[in-house]
Order: sequence, then C-alpha cells, then structure tokens
Amino acid sequence: MKRLRVFWFALALSLFWGSAQADELMIVRSAQNFEEAMSTLQAAIAAQGYKVTKVQRVDVGLEAKGYKTDRYRVVFYGKPGEVEALAAQHPDLVPYLPLSIAIFAEEGNTILATARPGLLKQFYPAPALKPVFERWEKDLGAIFDTVRETK
Amino acid sequence: MKPFRLLALGLLLSGAASAWATPDGAKLYAQNCAACHGENGSGGIGIPLSLPSFQSTVDDAYLKRSIRLGRPGRVMPAFTQLQDAEVDAIVQHLRSWYRGKAPRFDTKPLRGNAQHGKTLFQQHCAACHGQHGEGGHGTGVTLSRPRDFPIIPPALHNPGFLASASDAMIKHTLVTGRAGTPMVAFGKKGLKDRDLNDIVAFVRSLERQAPASTASVLTTDAAIISMDSPYDLATTIENVRKAVASNNFVLIREQALNSGLVAEDKEDPKQHIIYFCNFGMLNQALATDPRVGLFLPCRITVVERAGKVRMLAVNPKRLSRIFNNSELNEMCDQITKMYTAIMEEATL
Repeated sequence: MKRLRVFWFALALSLFWGSAQADELMIVRSAQNFEEAMSTLQAAIAAQGYKVTKVQRVDVGLEAKGYKTDRYRVVFYGKPGEVEALAAQHPDLVPYLPLSIAIFAEEGNTILATARPGLLKQFYPAPALKPVFERWEKDLGAIFDTVRETK
Repeated sequence: MKPFRLLALGLLLSGAASAWATPDGAKLYAQNCAACHGENGSGGIGIPLSLPSFQSTVDDAYLKRSIRLGRPGRVMPAFTQLQDAEVDAIVQHLRSWYRGKAPRFDTKPLRGNAQHGKTLFQQHCAACHGQHGEGGHGTGVTLSRPRDFPIIPPALHNPGFLASASDAMIKHTLVTGRAGTPMVAFGKKGLKDRDLNDIVAFVRSLERQAPASTASVLTTDAAIISMDSPYDLATTIENVRKAVASNNFVLIREQALNSGLVAEDKEDPKQHIIYFCNFGMLNQALATDPRVGLFLPCRITVVERAGKVRMLAVNPKRLSRIFNNSELNEMCDQITKMYTAIMEEATL
C-alpha cells in the first residue's frame, strides 16, 4: 500500500516537473490601461528593431458575433528579412512565424502573454537556431520589462 | 601603485558584494508573480496573496514549496528556475504586506479517521472544492466575465498542494477559515476537533489516489501538424478554404507570411497563411483562459517549395502544456483533431 502511495505521488510530481514549469510562458502585467499599454508595447517592439505586421482585433470580432468581451488583441511582429530567411532555411518553423503577443484588459490593468522563445529551442534543436531564439528571448525580456515598468 | 591597489580592492569588493547581494524580492515578485497575483498581491488570475486571512493561515514553508512546485494543471506554474535565495526574497516580500507574525506549523502528520473525514468533506467542503477535491472551475482570470467566487476554490487533490501544505496548516485553515473568501471557519460551525482531524486525514489520503483530472496535462512532443498535398498551391489553398467552412469555421483573412514586413509587391505568394475562426469556440477558449489567444486565430499555412505543396499548423495539444491549465486539455485536443481533419479533407 505504501509503495502504491509513493508511486502515485512520484507519478504526479513527475508529471508536474515535466510539464508545468514557468519557463514556457512569459506573462506580464502593466499598470497602464489597455490603450496606453498597447501603445507602450508597440513602441517597445519597434525599439528592439521589430516591425508590427498586424494587430488582430479579437474583441471586435467577438462583439460583432454577439459575444461580450473586454479589450483583447493579438499583436504580430517580426524583423524584415529575418522571417523570410528563417522560413526558407527552417520550413517547419513557419507555423510559429511571425511572433505574436496576446494583450488583454484585466479591470484597470493590462496583461500580456507570449510563448517563451526558449520553448522553440525545445521544438527546433538545430544549432543555427539557438542564437536566434536566445536573441528573441532577450529582446522579448526587454519589451516586457518596458511594458511592466512604464506607468 | 597604491591608488591602483585600492582601485583593485574596491572593484573586488564591489564584485563580491553584488555576487552575494540579497535578491530584490519586490523586483522578483514584479517579474514573476504580479501578472497573476496583482502588483500589490490583490489577486486576479492568482489568489490574493496580501489578504490578511491568507497570510495568517499559511507558513513560509508552504509559500516556498508552492512557488517551487506550482499547481499542476491549475495555472500556477512551477518556478524551478529561481534560486533558493530568490524564492526566500519573494516570500519575504509577500510578508511585507502582513502586519501580523507569520505562523509556523508543526510538520507532524495528524491522526484521524479518513473514512469519516470523507463523509464530512462531502457535507462541508465538496460544494466548493469539488467532490474529489479537484477544485473549482475557471482560472481566476476576470476578462470582465462574471465569476462564481471572488477566488477560485483551490484544488486540494493536487500534488503541488499536498506536497506544500502540512496537516497542521490545513487544520488551522479549517478552524479559522479565510475572511474575505468563501472559506468559512469550521471551528465555529459546530465541528469538533476530532472531526477536523478526520477531514485533514481524508485530504491527506488523496495522496494515495491517482491525481485528479484537474492535475492532468496533455503530453505530446510534436510541435507542429503538417501534411503534404498532392495538389498545386492554388488548388490546395482553395481546398483548405472549403475544408475550413465544412468544419464550422469562418475565414478571417489570408495573407503572405511576410505580409507587413515587405512592400506588397515583394510578398511571397508561395507562403500563404489562411486564418479562420469558430467564434463560439473562441469565446469559450478565452473564457477558460485568455492567455490562449497568443496562438489565435486558428491558422494553416500552405507552403510551396521546389514544386511540393505542404500544409502546416501549430499543434495545440503540445502548446496546451505551457498554460498549465487542465480545463484547456479537451479544447486543445479537439482543435488538434480539427486541424488534422481540415488538412485531410484538403488533400482528398
């Protein structure tokens, strides 16, 4: 019986250790309201040398279909030249390009979420991609720090 | 030479000081916790950590283990990347919101009748914590949607919780409740000391059972779903459009992969993205966990290379793991199947 207990607990913990670590998702809260945070985000993206390619107005789409929602957008961005070069050399990476950040209102604050580029390192272990993902991670960190620290 | 030596000594000491400097708990909290628990611990996605009735019922050991272990399948991730000193600093920061003295609980197991405790649990606890201690529904994310509770009732049948909470801590919470939350003080509700021990024994007995479904996480290693098409690019794109419609999605927009990055006449038509959506499903997904939006809208990219046409999409089943939210499992599994169905239909 004791063995069984240890087994289940070890199984549960192993599931947890293997699957739920904080380093796969980046999430940040901005004290700014949605419009201000969106503006800060776009400026921070540009400051890191990326270009916003599209802002998907998820809330507008939902409301047009009769669903109630708060402000919700998905911001797509990338570096001119880089997206095409990566897609050409690593076609399996295409579904994850361009990069995206979800941004949504939570009461008076705004929350931003994105997949950590380190996650892509697990998916695509090609050595040539490692420095690319590491740079994205660093740039994203700077973008999120800007959003978090701008009051 | 002397000024040089002094400078060298100064640099050495400042380097050592920064290496041994105490981590900044407030900064670490802002970076790692505030997004969910609120800038001042007032809660949001996560529980309100600054609530006095929370602070008075948990010890530092519980907080540290919770940070380390998280709550599998219940949104709170495991912060395995933090150093021990950083975890300590975060806990110290949390305690700065509390004027009282942090409690300390005995780690000795309590003795009780788990069978009787199960009956009491069903009567007094299951309405909020679930029949099997699996916890309440929802993630705590407001997104301006009404919630049943100011906080989501925690899952007690969760390996992260059970490894973090001592029996004495669970009992203390039962006795005092948590003012400001639906957790009532069972010490004042007529339950005897022995009854409380029995409930604790039942909760502890959950460790011997298979983890609750709310602690489960989907597992697959495939990062993408892809399929070769026997048709040319234009035909495949048209087939995907038709398959999208027949699977109850609507087309949102189509664009080249490098659209927005280059002038329109330089866009690559051989890397064509088709975005589509089922708004009912989208609404349900965002109500369950708004963070999933970062992989939305649904999308299949059709690519032609050296005359061969291929369809590609992210694999929601793999990505569900990053949200650590068991309530997304079924949905992510379903969308993975739908992506596959659309691709299969497009290649018929």
